[in-house]
Amino acid sequence: MTEYNFAYLDEQTKRMIRRAILKGLAIPGYQVPFASREMPMPYGWGTGGVQVSAAVLTPSDTFKVIDQGADDTTNAVSIRTFFQRTAGVATTTATSDATVIQTRHRIPEEPLHEGQILVYQVPIPEPLRFLEPRESETRKMHSLEEYGLMHVKLYEDISRHGHIATSYAYPVKVEGRYVMDPSPIPKFDNAKLGDMAAIQLFGAGREQRIYALPPYTQVVSLDFEDHPFEASKADHLCGMCGANDSYLDELIIDDLGGRMFVCSDTDYCEARQAAGHKGKDAA
Amino acid sequence: MQANTLSGGFADPATQSAHAFRSVMEAMARPGTIQDIHGAAPPAPLSPAMGAVLLTLCDTETPVYLAGDMDCDAARAWLAFHTGAPFVGPAQCMFAVGKWDALTPLEVYPIGTSEYPDRSATLIVECSELASGATLTGPGIKETATLSLPELEAFQANRTLFPLGLDFIFTCGGRLAALPRSAEVSRSSSQARAQAGAS
Ligand SMILES: [Zn+2]
Repeated sequence: MTEYNFAYLDEQTKRMIRRAILKGLAIPGYQVPFASREMPMPYGWGTGGVQVSAAVLTPSDTFKVIDQGADDTTNAVSIRTFFQRTAGVATTTATSDATVIQTRHRIPEEPLHEGQILVYQVPIPEPLRFLEPRESETRKMHSLEEYGLMHVKLYEDISRHGHIATSYAYPVKVEGRYVMDPSPIPKFDNAKLGDMAAIQLFGAGREQRIYALPPYTQVVSLDFEDHPFEASKADHLCGMCGANDSYLDELIIDDLGGRMFVCSDTDYCEARQAAGHKGKDAA
Repeated sequence: MQANTLSGGFADPATQSAHAFRSVMEAMARPGTIQDIHGAAPPAPLSPAMGAVLLTLCDTETPVYLAGDMDCDAARAWLAFHTGAPFVGPAQCMFAVGKWDALTPLEVYPIGTSEYPDRSATLIVECSELASGATLTGPGIKETATLSLPELEAFQANRTLFPLGLDFIFTCGGRLAALPRSAEVSRSSSQARAQAGAS
């Protein structure tokens, strides 16, 4: 049998990540550099999130992994199994039962509670990167709160499209100080970032950054007086559970171009169906 | 080398430091909450909570400043054996360990730079009690929280440096609380009444 380090990473690496997490919590929205390690999964499969999870998990935890809302994708299953094996954690798909939830690109629909930790895997942590490719420059812009260009870019969106077209990774301002990339969650989820009861930790492996939102942190999506932020979603009910308040994925269901809308959060949808809610497409 | 230099570390470092970290993280994420922390039995004057925090966060990459009584052979030998952390003065430290009177004034510690505000010291302060006290607001706090602090002015001054500044972990026996630089600190109404009555 192979001997694993607890949660795969060696103790010195976990200490380094833990120190970065504490500084991240003390400076909400600020990107703390850390020395990212190789993990036994390819980049883009969440090595940042996996390293943060490895640094926070204890054997007493109950761990959930969602990939775009679903517990059953290859990505979600492999990360869940990885920590079941290396950290001895219990696993679950039920949002309310989980103590640590690792996520790629969604926030669960069910409000999280105190004592829970939400770990995001982040591909590009720098919200100013598309404006300025040089790290030395974006770091300077954050230090000087030079966020005017960011607003200009959003406003260009409005003049071109009549509204802000950015629908994922929509930038936010944290406690009136740092502009932060919330990772590629749909902007529908932005409204859940602020005043959340759970601790939110963000890990970017390739770019070697960790950042954090303590519970009940003020998080505001960037917008304009004449174009206020809107947490949009498809204007439909879930075909399976009838929910009108959840983020929906559009599925093609037959060769004739038939479509249906279903909750992207599979646990939320299944729990509603189990409770007797039924959508128009449910069998 | 004394016998108690070798003992008092984590018996199962991986899982005990994982649990201890969660206590520290909860404390830092929720200022004013008081957490239990277990697993370390360092020699006096280090407290069990201090010992657990140091074992969890310190190693050869984290310069430590021992202030006042904490700077003694027993503490140095124990920390050197269990963490390998180098000992430095306050201006070079990543962690400072001591009682409040020995740690102050705070102007000597690194507060980070405008581009790297994380390059700042964390002070681990042993207190005679952890209880309610000053009123806290800020990230991590739903409305207000309360925590006994050794004074107010130093923390108010630290807040004005944000996003630069120092972060604090208060230990007392086997328990801890924390105050990140983001916290706003004010006199609680009961403290204000007590002071008005005394003057
Ligand atoms: Zn549904």
